[in-house]
Amino acid sequence: MSILIAIVALVFVVLTGIVISRLQNVLKSINKSDSPDAEPSGNKVNGAMFLVILVTGAVAITWSYLHAREFFLPEASSVHGRRTDDLFWFSMGILTIPFILVNFLIFFFAWKYQHKPNHRASFYPDNHRLELIWTIVPAIVMALLVFTGWKAWSDITSDAPRDSEVIEITGKQFNWIVRYSGVSDNKLGNYNFKLIDAQNEVGIDLSDENSFDDFTNPSEMHIPVNRPVLLRIRARDVLHSVFIPHMRVKMDAVPGMPTKFWFVADKSTADMRAELNNPKFDYEIACTEVCGQGHFSMKLRLIVEDEASYKKWCAEQATFLQTYPEYLAKVPENLKAKAMKYVPAEAVTPADSSSTSAGGAGTSTSLR
Amino acid sequence: MSAIEGVVTAQHHAEEHEHHHEAQNFWQKYIFCEDHKVIAKQYLISGIIWAVIGISMSVVFRIQLGLPESNLSWLKPILGGWISESGKLDPNFYLALVTMHGTIMVFFVLTAGLSGTFSNFLIPLQIGARDMASGFMNMLSYWFFFVASVIMFISLFLQTGPAAGGWVIYPPLSALPQAHMGSGMGMTLWLVSMALFIVSQLLGGINYITTVINLRTRGMSFDRLPLTIWSFLITAILGLISFPVLFSSVLLLIFDRHFGTSFYLSDIYINGEALPNVGGSPILFQHLFWFLGHPEVYIVLLPGLGITSEVIATNSRKPIFGYRAMIASMLGIAFLAFIVWAHHMFVTGMNPFLGSVFMFLTLIIAVPSAVKGFNYITTLWKGNIVFTPGMLFSIGLVSLFVSGGLTGIILGNSALDIQLHDTYFVVAHFHLVMGAASAFGLFAGVYHWFPKMFGRMMNTTLGQIHFWFTFIGIYLIFIPMHYVGIAGFPRRYYQFTSYDFTHKYMDMNMFISVAAILSFLAQFIFLWNFFYSIFKGKRAPQNPWRSNTLEWTTPIHPGHGNWEGQIPAVYRWSYDYSKPGAKEDFIPQNIPYSQTLESNFPHENELIAAEKAIESQNFNDQFNASH
Repeated sequence: MSILIAIVALVFVVLTGIVISRLQNVLKSINKSDSPDAEPSGNKVNGAMFLVILVTGAVAITWSYLHAREFFLPEASSVHGRRTDDLFWFSMGILTIPFILVNFLIFFFAWKYQHKPNHRASFYPDNHRLELIWTIVPAIVMALLVFTGWKAWSDITSDAPRDSEVIEITGKQFNWIVRYSGVSDNKLGNYNFKLIDAQNEVGIDLSDENSFDDFTNPSEMHIPVNRPVLLRIRARDVLHSVFIPHMRVKMDAVPGMPTKFWFVADKSTADMRAELNNPKFDYEIACTEVCGQGHFSMKLRLIVEDEASYKKWCAEQATFLQTYPEYLAKVPENLKAKAMKYVPAEAVTPADSSSTSAGGAGTSTSLR
Repeated sequence: MSAIEGVVTAQHHAEEHEHHHEAQNFWQKYIFCEDHKVIAKQYLISGIIWAVIGISMSVVFRIQLGLPESNLSWLKPILGGWISESGKLDPNFYLALVTMHGTIMVFFVLTAGLSGTFSNFLIPLQIGARDMASGFMNMLSYWFFFVASVIMFISLFLQTGPAAGGWVIYPPLSALPQAHMGSGMGMTLWLVSMALFIVSQLLGGINYITTVINLRTRGMSFDRLPLTIWSFLITAILGLISFPVLFSSVLLLIFDRHFGTSFYLSDIYINGEALPNVGGSPILFQHLFWFLGHPEVYIVLLPGLGITSEVIATNSRKPIFGYRAMIASMLGIAFLAFIVWAHHMFVTGMNPFLGSVFMFLTLIIAVPSAVKGFNYITTLWKGNIVFTPGMLFSIGLVSLFVSGGLTGIILGNSALDIQLHDTYFVVAHFHLVMGAASAFGLFAGVYHWFPKMFGRMMNTTLGQIHFWFTFIGIYLIFIPMHYVGIAGFPRRYYQFTSYDFTHKYMDMNMFISVAAILSFLAQFIFLWNFFYSIFKGKRAPQNPWRSNTLEWTTPIHPGHGNWEGQIPAVYRWSYDYSKPGAKEDFIPQNIPYSQTLESNFPHENELIAAEKAIESQNFNDQFNASH
């Protein structure tokens, strides 16, 4: 770090030096005439500066890139992520050419064609062929980039494969809540924001039998490796955005408008720990849409594991009804028997007593 | 004696105008003035004050991001309770700072300060008009802006802080006071202020368009307009079409906030209660906002490009290369600006097919932009370049415009935007291409037209020093910011300590912050030079840059009405620099071809016959109007 600071300081010190020497020149030349062929104030120095900046800029950008790339994200852990990464670096590679070319020409021409006494600029107002060239060449390059980008984009946003693991993630101020479809029916139950309360944080609708085996987790998300995962993304209060940097996944969470994103993670957490030689490595999920005071710390751990351990983990989780058996009251009469399977035996009796009235309310508020 | 009175009582005035000026008191002359030159200066000074406030804010949050350990107690006298006992910045106020920095810089500095200043100042002077079409509306435009400024300024001092949902103020965060403290009174004042600001922009824009179309002097056909005027005209049209859409989105948000409507709200559970709103869509707001928001980028940038065209041609002593291609590319950019807005929304859950369409349209913009870039470079080629400060900033603008524009091709690609959206890559991109490039346009304009504004010269050497510090500083800030973005750092984060993947680049962020602070300090060179030169600068000659445009034919201190006697007629385009055969290396627009036989091209000799006709027209002189 101190090296960097030193470099900045050095640049500014050198600049200050140039400035002071320049000032003296200016003071000396103050009495010169204003005739058009006279050397304009400071022209030589400024012309030279363009060359200096061209060279030091090229060196600085190259060096800083080589320095910075050590800290870029590791190779993407998802199939589509490696594709977008390749596309990114391919596009960057192509765009580096005009970046270097144009900046070189600007700086070089500025130096080369600086004012010379008794010299006159060329009167060169237009050239249709040149205009045509630099209309068509960028157009062709753009067509190439659009085409590759469009292919990738339509594949990434295509419908998720049928065998995808469907997981719901809901953003709220200021954490994420993950809901799984459970081990018995593998279907997420309905939800309704009006059913949300302190325990039922994502508004699980218990009048839908698919919700009986659903379970939630507010601190980590587990997904299977090498299998498509479809995230169903919701927000409870304001906009959030699910960002999994290592997977190159991002999708906004919008209240009232569920969104989705599917991807295939093909490196488990263990694989990454080995690859990076960092036993503490964890995938992380962050929020990238400003959502209030805690926006910068909406962290959720993501654990990518093999199919067997994923299944095992899912089986170990207590379903929502197991955790909060009192919600059995919200289950309609005709489904009560089915719901019993997911409720620990000792909890059944008290919950049952209030079932009639609450169950009715639960059904009527279900809008979906 | 305003322009509007001038028109109403024209017959009467026309006779006695030459002989006496009604004495104006201080208020008429400097405050509620209808003279476009004074209004331009009002915009400029307001813009500079806002710029100082806006950039200072960025310095505070750069300290927070780059030097997170630092003790900010020294800011307590200004920020008071927003700095904790231990000298830490309040996270809520951090969001308020980034929000207000964005709002102030985009709207108050680069829209009002840049377009407001130079459209007002240059349109009448360069097209040869006495004043704007309506001086009164022009005055209203400034004062609406002033009231908007005052309201926005007051919001900074609220107990709950100013608006804090990002400058894009996406609902529901901005619609629900219970979601964030900045969404309370601060957001109300933001919305009121912006509504007034839009009124100001519309009053100004209608005026610019009318003036350019109706009040051009004799012979000033559209193909002889300087590119500055073309850019102001196109900017005004962009603003006139897009600002009303922002107004509607602001209005609907006000309804949602105060009158219980659900335009943007649906299915919300917050603070232990489910809100009754259903059926609205937060995405609707984003569509409406970006329908302005994207053209806004060009509203900010095009005046800068126009100024650059003029300054580069003048100081390269060469005609601008591809005058018609420059106009065509500006028109192309302006047209495309309206149909690319959703590239800000690729990952909002919008239909992916729309994403493809908007990606395609977005990348097309690269083509006219490339044409502009190459045309500037060819203008430099074989020039005889004089490095006035204005020229340096114009060259810098082209470099920043190209460097920042190129990463736009990455971000406009929806597949790549998935990873990069709302990361520092975006921040770096738009600060280069829109923020810094437009600010360079502002600086170029100030340095170049300062002599016309104040009749004095700014110090060239200080201007050159200011340029190099700023130019190098900008690149030192924003090139490393790309790396931070590629590493996935999200925007608008109070600190980077919560995640492992952001637990690096501590040195890089410190570097960026140090560079930002030094660049900020360099702006005081400009401030000193500007204010000192207003009073003590060297007296300006009539035409200090030996330029062709009409404003340099006015007196050094142009009075009301700009020209004494008749308004000059125009016989040629404004880029006859270094014409072969000519005595001087410039031929102003008001010199007829009949006086430059030695340098005329054959087709120009044919135009001599038309000079009598041009000379005899006199439709547009407001002091000479007949009814």
